[in-house]
Amino acid sequence: MYSEKVMDHFQHPRNVGELENASGVGTVGNAKCGDIMRMYLDIDENQVIRDCKFKTFGCGAAVATSSMATELVKGLTVQEALKVTNKAVMDALDGLPPVKVHCSLLAEQAIHAALWDYAEKHGIKIEGLTKPKNDIHEDEEEVVEEY
Amino acid sequence: MDKKIYLDNAATTQTRVEVVEAMLPYFNEKYGNPSSVYEFASQSKKAVTEARDTIAKAINAASNEIYFTGGGSESDNWALKCTAEAYKEKGNHIITSKIEHHAILHTCEYLEKNGFEVTYLDVDENGSVNLEQLKASIRPTTILISIMFANNEIGTIQPIKEIGEIAKANGILFHTDAVQAFAQVEIDVNELNIDMLSASGHKINGPKGIGFLYIRTGLKLRSFIHGGAQERRRRAGTENVPGIVGFGKATEIAMATLKERQESEIALRDYAIDRVLAEVPYTRLNGDRRKRLPNNMNFSFQFIEGESLLIMLDMQGICGSSGSACTSGSLDPSHVLLAIGLPHEIAHGSLRLTLSHDTTKEDIDYTIEKVKEIVAKLREMSPLYEDFMKKHNR
Repeated sequence: MYSEKVMDHFQHPRNVGELENASGVGTVGNAKCGDIMRMYLDIDENQVIRDCKFKTFGCGAAVATSSMATELVKGLTVQEALKVTNKAVMDALDGLPPVKVHCSLLAEQAIHAALWDYAEKHGIKIEGLTKPKNDIHEDEEEVVEEY
Repeated sequence: MDKKIYLDNAATTQTRVEVVEAMLPYFNEKYGNPSSVYEFASQSKKAVTEARDTIAKAINAASNEIYFTGGGSESDNWALKCTAEAYKEKGNHIITSKIEHHAILHTCEYLEKNGFEVTYLDVDENGSVNLEQLKASIRPTTILISIMFANNEIGTIQPIKEIGEIAKANGILFHTDAVQAFAQVEIDVNELNIDMLSASGHKINGPKGIGFLYIRTGLKLRSFIHGGAQERRRRAGTENVPGIVGFGKATEIAMATLKERQESEIALRDYAIDRVLAEVPYTRLNGDRRKRLPNNMNFSFQFIEGESLLIMLDMQGICGSSGSACTSGSLDPSHVLLAIGLPHEIAHGSLRLTLSHDTTKEDIDYTIEKVKEIVAKLREMSPLYEDFMKKHNR
């Protein structure tokens, strides 16, 4: 079902944990739908992401996309991190099953939420960043089966 | 990974060697069509008759009350749709429960779109239907009560005898989906006032693609599959002779070993339940502690998600299942776990383990050790656990 890279990141997730005194923390998803991601960013004075950690409640794909997202944004500037899309996360994992694409969206949203928190705390405006939604499933329509 | 511990016997079972051996001659030696007249084909006919007798005896039915089908889902569809059709002059109301298998629930939804009314009974926190609510739901137009014998996810065994009495006292037909219960617990259709019963071969170490519907003599139920005159004109299609023979053999073995299997599985199940509840914090058992299938365990581990748990168990060679949304392909976790009152996030963290006759204590000890490790690892990764621990200063 999952690619080798997804399985690798699920079995050996990179950057699991918390950051004390993080520059920005973002939590997205909801427990009702079965996935929550929390992203911690440590950002230096040049707006470069020095460190990134995550915690995730969710399926294998949710863990793997969080792990990959932290790897992708580490060392990037805030502006560069904003351009890490869910597609970039998926590509880096050699793809996801169609039903798991929303996990990669969650990863993108988690980064944005953490960046938003950082911008708010530091009174900065990040060009192109909008306030993250609380619940990423708001946009999703449930597929209704016909009998 | 060479190790394989199969604890998903409610999903399907390994076909027994004896069953396969009994089936094999009916593929390339005795392959005649039971409906043909020549002597060669009579071997097939005889085999089907013997299997039917064995199965009828297992539930104390008459042989001509057993109708072979393509499996449990077909049996459920047949019972509901054809009862609705046959008795629509009497009424259009059906009573079932919220925790039925989808073969029942989706068939009920289909009937609702075609003018029938369905009451879905609630269940209590252990998964049992409330008999008072059942009685109160009966209308003059009620034609059928369909309540499963035992639940496939949480293993709860329903008060079937009491439901049968209520149905009989009110002149209402009673169908039970016994796919998980047939040949796992004792069933006597006469003592329990069951009018129709669905069962499946592959849940009792028989082959897949074969099931039966028991239809009490005298019921007006017509054919669901139209065509030839097989199954006393009630189910057309050339008989799945190898499947029927295999189902018969599996039933014979399952019934001969019923008592000892129940004893050993209950002992192992209770040992495992006690250990998991004692050794894994923030865990609950889903389903009734005692009134449950001998081979069923269903736990919810707080703060973690079921699919992650299943994949990690799989890496250790352990096969289980979960009611999490991620394993169902929808956003909602199992309807059964929600019906017993679990919040979504706890329903997402469920694990069902179902034993077979050859599960050993070593298998269970290994599994429990792995469950402990994996649950701890996933909790370390969980923001819900982090929040919980901070809130409680732990």
